[in-house]
Amino acid sequence: MKNKSKSVAFAGICVALALILAYIEVLLPPLFSAVPGIKMGLPNIIIVFLLYRRGPVFAGIVSLLRILLVSMLFGNVMALLYSLAGGILSLAVMVILKKLNALSPVGVSVAGGVTHNVGQIMMAVLLLDTVQIGYYLVVLAITGTIAGIVIGLCGVLLVKRIPQKLI
Amino acid sequence: MKKEIPKKHRNDIILIACVLLVAAVGFVYLNFFRSEGNTVTVTVDGTEYGVYSLSENRTEDIYTGGDNQHHNRLVIKDGKAYMETASCPDGICVAHKPVFRDGESIICLPNRVVVTVDLADETETPDIIM
Ligand SMILES: [Zn+2]
Repeated sequence: MKNKSKSVAFAGICVALALILAYIEVLLPPLFSAVPGIKMGLPNIIIVFLLYRRGPVFAGIVSLLRILLVSMLFGNVMALLYSLAGGILSLAVMVILKKLNALSPVGVSVAGGVTHNVGQIMMAVLLLDTVQIGYYLVVLAITGTIAGIVIGLCGVLLVKRIPQKLI
Repeated sequence: MKKEIPKKHRNDIILIACVLLVAAVGFVYLNFFRSEGNTVTVTVDGTEYGVYSLSENRTEDIYTGGDNQHHNRLVIKDGKAYMETASCPDGICVAHKPVFRDGESIICLPNRVVVTVDLADETETPDIIM
């Protein structure tokens, strides 16, 4: 995968896969219907996989493209801003934690899942000019953790099972 | 390599335990240690839209955005407030459980509508409360 055009094509496939996962997530009924705003963040499976296989830059580009396209297809400008805040913060945290080498990919993914939600809430505080969000943070911390574990396990599985020479 | 794995897994578990502990403490505090409120304040885009008493049943239609294209219907019933319908794409606000404790809120992010329960001073000019 040294070839540049091959890399571009691969990035395109990854973005497309992330879009499909985002669409599946839109179609799925809310996992914990008692709790609002719960999204597993299925597309993050791709991001975690890429972070470990292709490094932070590649993962970042795919993540950014994914956020832009998902917001255009399923959301609006507000959704885009929340997603951007969450996506950038979680990727930054995951990159740093991966560098520190103290956590397994599952732990890194959990931190990513939680900070993804924290980033969105922080953007909401900025945009809505309200701090009445304690309840959301509590709920999103728990769901972010669960999502992070599931996504981390999936990411590890992908890194293990997909041959190095293939990607 | 083999020796490195358990240590990382231990750190994973510590991280997860810490996050869940913080969340659990927050959850217990938010659900059991707060008094009930008596009014709900609706803000749109950070500016106050209206204040309503929780003790009176009512239905309030909130129109927001340019041309008022966004809509949220807030219902106050039996001392609790909830969002009955909304035009937002995610429907999170509608799925939110009814709020009645001081400081609890329902937030509709897409429509930028925030509904917050407050504990207003009963003696302080109750006429203003609609
Ligand atoms: Zn809403």
